[in-house]
Amino acid sequence: MGEALLEVRDLTLRFGGITALGGVSLSIAPGETLAVIGPNGSGKTSLFNCVTGLYKPTSGSITLGGESLLGLSPDRVTARGVARTFQNLRLFLHMTVLDNLMLGRHLHFRKNILAAAMRVRDEEVRHRAKVEEIIEFLDLEAWRDSRVAGCAYGVQKRVEIGRALATEPRLLLLDEPVSGLTAEEKEEVSYWIHEIRGRFGVTVLLVEHDLRVASRLAQRMVVMDRGLKLTEGTPEEVQRHPGVIRAYLGDQ
Amino acid sequence: MDLVENYREELRFARKPLGRSLLVLLLLALAVLPWWCPSGWLARASMVCLLAIGVIGQNLLIGYSGLISFGQAGFLAIGAYAFGHLRIAGVPFPVALLAAGVAAGLAGYLVGFPSLRLKGPYLAIATLGFGTATYQIFANVEWLSGGRAGLSIPPLQPPFGIARDTWVYLLYYVIFLVFTGAAYNLVSSYVGRALVAVRDSDIAAESMGVNLSRTKLLAFFISSFYTGVSGALMAQYLGHLEPQAFNISESMNFFVAVIVGGLASIEGSIFGAAFVVLVPALLGSLRWAVPVLFGTAILSVLIFEPLGLAGMWLKTRLYFRLWPFR
Repeated sequence: MGEALLEVRDLTLRFGGITALGGVSLSIAPGETLAVIGPNGSGKTSLFNCVTGLYKPTSGSITLGGESLLGLSPDRVTARGVARTFQNLRLFLHMTVLDNLMLGRHLHFRKNILAAAMRVRDEEVRHRAKVEEIIEFLDLEAWRDSRVAGCAYGVQKRVEIGRALATEPRLLLLDEPVSGLTAEEKEEVSYWIHEIRGRFGVTVLLVEHDLRVASRLAQRMVVMDRGLKLTEGTPEEVQRHPGVIRAYLGDQ
Repeated sequence: MDLVENYREELRFARKPLGRSLLVLLLLALAVLPWWCPSGWLARASMVCLLAIGVIGQNLLIGYSGLISFGQAGFLAIGAYAFGHLRIAGVPFPVALLAAGVAAGLAGYLVGFPSLRLKGPYLAIATLGFGTATYQIFANVEWLSGGRAGLSIPPLQPPFGIARDTWVYLLYYVIFLVFTGAAYNLVSSYVGRALVAVRDSDIAAESMGVNLSRTKLLAFFISSFYTGVSGALMAQYLGHLEPQAFNISESMNFFVAVIVGGLASIEGSIFGAAFVVLVPALLGSLRWAVPVLFGTAILSVLIFEPLGLAGMWLKTRLYFRLWPFR
């Protein structure tokens, strides 16, 4: 499988007496799409939050391309090439779609506050071109200048993906990208997630409840239950695993 | 017709020809204000100019970054006294002005540190404490405040035999334009975007690569820099400094101006500054009613027009965009 892009080893996260993650290990190869599935409260989002630096894990290691991500603040993690979307959207509601995407470029800006105060806009123009690529890719042209708060939920979900892409990540973490969407929108988003790998050369780590979408997009799946990794393998293997059936449907 | 051909053109200030010409006309009319406004109002116009700078600073903090501060009078006092002492020591006006801004800015930077941990009402309380402490220090430390006699600042010497109040107004007007322009440019740049992002969702901003600490401290620095400059101009305007000028009610004045003018709006800040200067002046002998009026204004703005005077201005503009075809 070659060198892993993201390597998570024995990751443990405790909040007081509650163990959110009890020693989870997984790895993703460059260019791969890996889906993490599991019932509610099984620790999927906690895993995401540990990788992106929002939570400080109790023990274990997280490395991206061989370098440790532990102890870095979220913005430093993003600078290393990890971007994410949120399960319950966290967009900048008072900004336009364009500005949301431009904020994704923030860490690539050459920052010069005096130039900004004197309206030197070379950087803005340079990054605008990049952002327009993403707008075109995600079909967001019609909403470019609309305020995000006024956009439909499906559009907001797309803006989140776009904003994450704008940071030019090596690893993209998508937290339930198709939840709450109509059947048609699910199709579109699945298509985009598939396209992202080829067009932007991004490795995707996906948390998804919709098993049909997850098994279509991912080459491998990791199943989590109560903060532990239950099993991993190809979608077919995972779906036949008795532990998975028990976690989802209960004892027979 | 109005056709944008490239990204750079879209980023121009006051892009549309009509708006641009009206703006130029307005700026020219204000530049010759000393020659057409009734006497007595020129001084108030200077006051609006100097206060607007401070209100813009306060708005950058409250409106754009969502960091609530009730300690603006503290920064105002630091700017005013730094300026006063430098002027008495014989430092030229522009240098003293910038130094006052930097002094207040550094104080703001330090006050910003609690903001990395405190949010909402807790930050408001911390900054209120700062404002009160600064006032107490200036009220009680004689070598800072010049003791009972206060601090007298040498007046400006107008060149070419211009009347002094005309010269003060023109000078303040130009300084006001510079700082307002810079504020417009900042909020439409990556800086403003980062400020608004931190306000709207700090977790998302952080996850998109915005350094929270740096951004919040920057917001505090810029805001108190503006407030310090405003304080310095106020010191020059008053000619005489007493700590009483910088008590909590001065902080409230800034707060009223921001809310009534309109949160997260530069022109709103200017409207707000004009409101808190001109309304008491118009009330004349009914001055005692000013706090009541300010309170009522805040309440009605919050209920009927959350975007304040700037919101009303925006709606008027939108209405006339299609006029007379509606």
